[in-house]
Amino acid sequence: MDYTLLLIQILNGIQLGVLLFLVASGLTLIFGILDFVNLAHGSIYMLGAFICASLTYELDSYLFAVILSLPIIAIIGYTFEIFLARPLYARDHLDHVLGTFGAILVIDTIAHLIWGPAGIAIPLPNYLDGQITISENIEVPTFRLLIIVVGLTAAFGLLWLVNFTKLGMLIRAGASNRTMVAALGIDVRTLFAIVFAIGATLAGIAGMLIAPITEASLGMGNNIIITAFVVIIVGGIGSVKGAFVAALLIGLIDTLGRSFLDDLFKVFMSTAAAENSAPAISSMSIYLMMALILSFKPKGLFPPRIR
Amino acid sequence: MLMQFIRSFKFLILVSLLVLPIIFNQIGMSFYLDLATRLCILAIAAVGLNLILGYGGMISFGHAAYLGLGAYAVGIPAHHWLYGGLDFLATNNGFVHITIAVVISGIFAFLTGLICLKTKGVYFIMITMAFSQMAYYLFVSIEEYGSDDGLVINTRSQIPLINLDDPIQMFLVSFSSLIFFMWLVHLITKSNFGLILSGIKDNEARMIALGYNVYLHKLIAFVFSGIICGFAGVLLGNFTTFISPEMIDWSRSGELMFMVILGGVATVMGPLFGAIVFVILEEVLSSITIYWHLPFGLLLIAVVLFFKGGLSSLLSK
Repeated sequence: MDYTLLLIQILNGIQLGVLLFLVASGLTLIFGILDFVNLAHGSIYMLGAFICASLTYELDSYLFAVILSLPIIAIIGYTFEIFLARPLYARDHLDHVLGTFGAILVIDTIAHLIWGPAGIAIPLPNYLDGQITISENIEVPTFRLLIIVVGLTAAFGLLWLVNFTKLGMLIRAGASNRTMVAALGIDVRTLFAIVFAIGATLAGIAGMLIAPITEASLGMGNNIIITAFVVIIVGGIGSVKGAFVAALLIGLIDTLGRSFLDDLFKVFMSTAAAENSAPAISSMSIYLMMALILSFKPKGLFPPRIR
Repeated sequence: MLMQFIRSFKFLILVSLLVLPIIFNQIGMSFYLDLATRLCILAIAAVGLNLILGYGGMISFGHAAYLGLGAYAVGIPAHHWLYGGLDFLATNNGFVHITIAVVISGIFAFLTGLICLKTKGVYFIMITMAFSQMAYYLFVSIEEYGSDDGLVINTRSQIPLINLDDPIQMFLVSFSSLIFFMWLVHLITKSNFGLILSGIKDNEARMIALGYNVYLHKLIAFVFSGIICGFAGVLLGNFTTFISPEMIDWSRSGELMFMVILGGVATVMGPLFGAIVFVILEEVLSSITIYWHLPFGLLLIAVVLFFKGGLSSLLSK
C-alpha cells in the first residue's frame, strides 16, 4: 500500500472529522442543554459559508470576512432562538422537528433568492494557498492544516467553556434544573439564547472553513446535517466529548472507506466485483457503523449521565 | 351505520376525489387526473406512515426510503428486462414487481427496525432519518441504475386485464388501493393488535408491566408500515415512469410527515386530508412562484406554532 497516500487520506479524514465536530457540537449542545431538536442547524452552516463568501468579495479579504461573519452568525442564531425555538421548548420533539423543517425551507429559499442557484467559490489569500512540506514527498495544503488547527482549538475552547467557566457552570446548572437556576436569580432565557448563539457560531465557523475548498452552495447544509446526526447519535446525544470522538471516527471511516475499500475488497474477491461493490459499501459505511454501535450501546458511546 | 357514513362529509370527499378528476379528464383537462393520481399515491404512503406515527407514536423521519425502494422495485427489473443483464430479476410482470417491493421494503423495515426500535424519542427520529439517507447514498453510488441522474422506467408493470399506460386506469388503481389501505389500517387499529399498539403509545411502561412484548408489537407495526409505503412506491414508479435517489431524500420524508400531522394523526381520513392539502398547496404555490418553499415553510411554522391537532380535529368539532 502507498503510505504517502494513506497519510494524506488520514489528514483528510481528520479534517472532515473536525468540521463534523463543529456542526455536531452545536447540535449536541442545543439538544443536551435546551432539549431542542434543531434540524435547521445545517442551514446555519450554509449561511456561514454564503455570508463569508459575500463578505470576502466585499472586503477583498478572507480573514476579515471570517472575523466579521462570526458576530453576524451569532446574531442570526440568537434571533432564531427568540422567534422559533423559544415558543417550542415546552412542546414535544415532533413539533421541534416540524417547525425547524419549515425553517430549513424558509432559510434555503431565502439563500436561493439572495445568492442565486449557483455556488460561490471563495479565493484563498496567498499565504493560505500554499503547501507545507512534511517530508521529502509528502506535501499538505496549508489551509487544510489550518482547518484542523482551528477545529481542534474550537473543540478545546468549547470543552473549557462548558467545564471551567462561570458561564459554563450556569449552562450546566440550567441543563439539569432550569427552574432552580431561575429561582436563584439567573436569567435562564437569555442564558439559553446564548447557548443557541454559541451553537450557531460553531456551525457557521465550519461553513466558513469548508467554503474555500468546496464553495458555498445551496444543498450543503442538508448534506452535512444527517452526518452530524449520525455523529451525535454515535457519540451520545448531549455529550460534547462523545461528539468529538464520534466525529473523528466517522470522518476517518468515511474518507478511508472511499479511498481504500476497493483495495481491501480485491484481497478476497475479483477485481471487477470489488470495483462494483466498494462504492456502494463505502457510501453506507458510516451508517453500518452507527447500526453496529447502537446494537451494543443504544444510547451511544458516551451517554450523558444526568439528564 | 352505513347510511350515516354515506351522508357524512368524509364520504363526500371520497366521492369527489373519485368522480371529479375523471370528469375533468373527459372535458380535456387531463392535468387534474394526474394531480389526483399523485395525490392518491402520496396518501397511501401517508396512511402507511400514520400507522406507526399516529397510532404507534413512532416518529419515523425516513419513510420516503420505502417509496423509493418500491419505485426501484419496478425500475430495476424493467431496466434489465429491456436492456439485458441479471436474468433472474428481469421482468415486467406487475405481480413480481409488487412482490419484490413488499419483500425488500419489509426486509429493510425489519433490519432497520431491529435497531431503531431499541431507541426512543429523538434518537428514533434521527436514526430513521439516517437509515433513509443510507438508502439514498446506496442508490447514488450505483452507476448502472443512473446514480443521481435517476432511472427512466421505459415499461410499466404488466397486470392482467389492467393497462397502467391508460391514465384513467392508473388513477382507478391508485384510488382503489388507497381505499383498500385506509380500510385495512382501520381494521388493524380496531383489532387486538391495534389496541395494544395504541396502549404502547399512551403508556409503554404499563404495557410492559401487563406482560405484552412491546418491542415485537412495535416491530410488526413498523414492518407493516414500511410495506404499505413500498407498495405506494410501486404505484409511484409506474405513475412517474422515472425514479431517482432524490425521491428518497429526507425532505420527502418531511413532506410525508407534514401530511400525516396536518391531516391529524391517528385518524382514518387524516392522511388523505393532509395529502389533499399538501398537493393543492404545492400546485397553487408553485404556480405563483418558483420559490414556493418559502410560503410553504412559513405555513409549516405557523401550523406548528398556532394550530395543534390537524385538520381532522377542526372537522370533527
